[in-house]
Amino acid sequence: MAMIEFRNVQKYYGKFHALKNINLKIDKGETVVLIGPSGSGKSTLVRTINGLEDIQEGHLIVNGEDLTDKKTDINQIRTDVGMVFQHFNLYANKDVLENVMIAPRIVLKKSEDENRKTALQLLERVGLSDKAHNMPSQISGGQEQRVAIARSLAMKPKCMLFDEPTSALDPEMIEDVLDVIKQITEQSDMTSIIVTHKMWFAQEVANRVIFLDDGQIIEDRKTNEFFEHPENERTRKFLSKILGH
Amino acid sequence: MITLLRTYWSTFLTGFGWTILSSCIALVASLLIGSIMAVFEVVPNKTLRTIGTVYVEIFRNIPLLVIVSFFYLVIPMYVVKINGFTAGTIGLTIYTSAFIAETVRSGIKSINIGQMEASRAMGMKYVQAMRFIVLPQAFKVVIPPLGNQFINLVKNSSVLAFVAGFDLMYQGNAIASQTFATVNTYLIVGAFYLVITLPISYYMRHLEKRLA
Repeated sequence: MAMIEFRNVQKYYGKFHALKNINLKIDKGETVVLIGPSGSGKSTLVRTINGLEDIQEGHLIVNGEDLTDKKTDINQIRTDVGMVFQHFNLYANKDVLENVMIAPRIVLKKSEDENRKTALQLLERVGLSDKAHNMPSQISGGQEQRVAIARSLAMKPKCMLFDEPTSALDPEMIEDVLDVIKQITEQSDMTSIIVTHKMWFAQEVANRVIFLDDGQIIEDRKTNEFFEHPENERTRKFLSKILGH
Repeated sequence: MITLLRTYWSTFLTGFGWTILSSCIALVASLLIGSIMAVFEVVPNKTLRTIGTVYVEIFRNIPLLVIVSFFYLVIPMYVVKINGFTAGTIGLTIYTSAFIAETVRSGIKSINIGQMEASRAMGMKYVQAMRFIVLPQAFKVVIPPLGNQFINLVKNSSVLAFVAGFDLMYQGNAIASQTFATVNTYLIVGAFYLVITLPISYYMRHLEKRLA
């Protein structure tokens, strides 16, 4: 069954056509990596899935609910769809533990004891139990991003969106974050959509790779086929450029 | 000056009391209204945004004395009888809230949009994201300009004197015209204002340091 389905989706920023006729089905439990040159619409596509960007035409169905339907409760969908941002966006006025606990408390109305227990477990899972009472400004970028991942997982989402999770990180931090993401995608039946420029990481975690260029899906194939026999000329060009590095 | 202070001690104190009362009410009310209007000015909803903008632009750009006179003279004629103190305090609240709205709005705007997006992405409603994440950060940023607004508010409360609000300035005027001790009277009045404004100044600076 499809977790996410785009049906003829069009997205415009004013006159700029950001997403062109997107048709895409992502099944439950799949890990899909989105690649493409900057400005190709990868981030925009991911941000439409939890309604941070609206769409102008077509239908977008997430977990059985149509986002374009006025009756759909977007906040309800967002509790099922976690998101990890390029710039982490940890709540600057809350310490690490509070960052993880606040949404389950006020959105899910989880009991304080259970909430705390889950939060501490999650912080341990991302290797940051000792930072629970630090403020975001007191920890490194890589640590911030791992807290952000724990924060999303605390909502027990059915689906996770990773929007360039390592692009703002120093090189030595990247691996820690990718390890955590890999562990999550492998150990759970969550659906994950990852925007990344790290091809080796895509090859390791993805079931499927989608190449986006100029707002269009150019290629959408199983991971090994995608990297070994890319069909489209533009995909080949992009891969040769990016894999050469 | 000592004789003057001794003779009119209770009059000065009465004025001092009314000034403090008016300032306290106006401070709390204008902080509340100002914050609500600031949020109105930045919400996605167009109607609310218009209400916020119109409110701020009108009351920020009319002299305080005109607003207070309106409540003192016009409202009793057509709506309800209110005394000078009430009219003055309402006028002061409305006028100050427009400035506080602008101050708080600039604070909200200075907070990275990612804070709101992350909150919304976790399923928080707009109001929850504002209340728990964005506003606490915004207020921290605007503590110094907010302190200025509070100090201005206390000083502006002297407008009550024009509408028989029994405040410090009003009592000062009365004493000065009775005794002709103009210089000494207004020196004392000034000193009483300092008793209110200096602690605010000091406290805001302390807050700024503590929260920084």
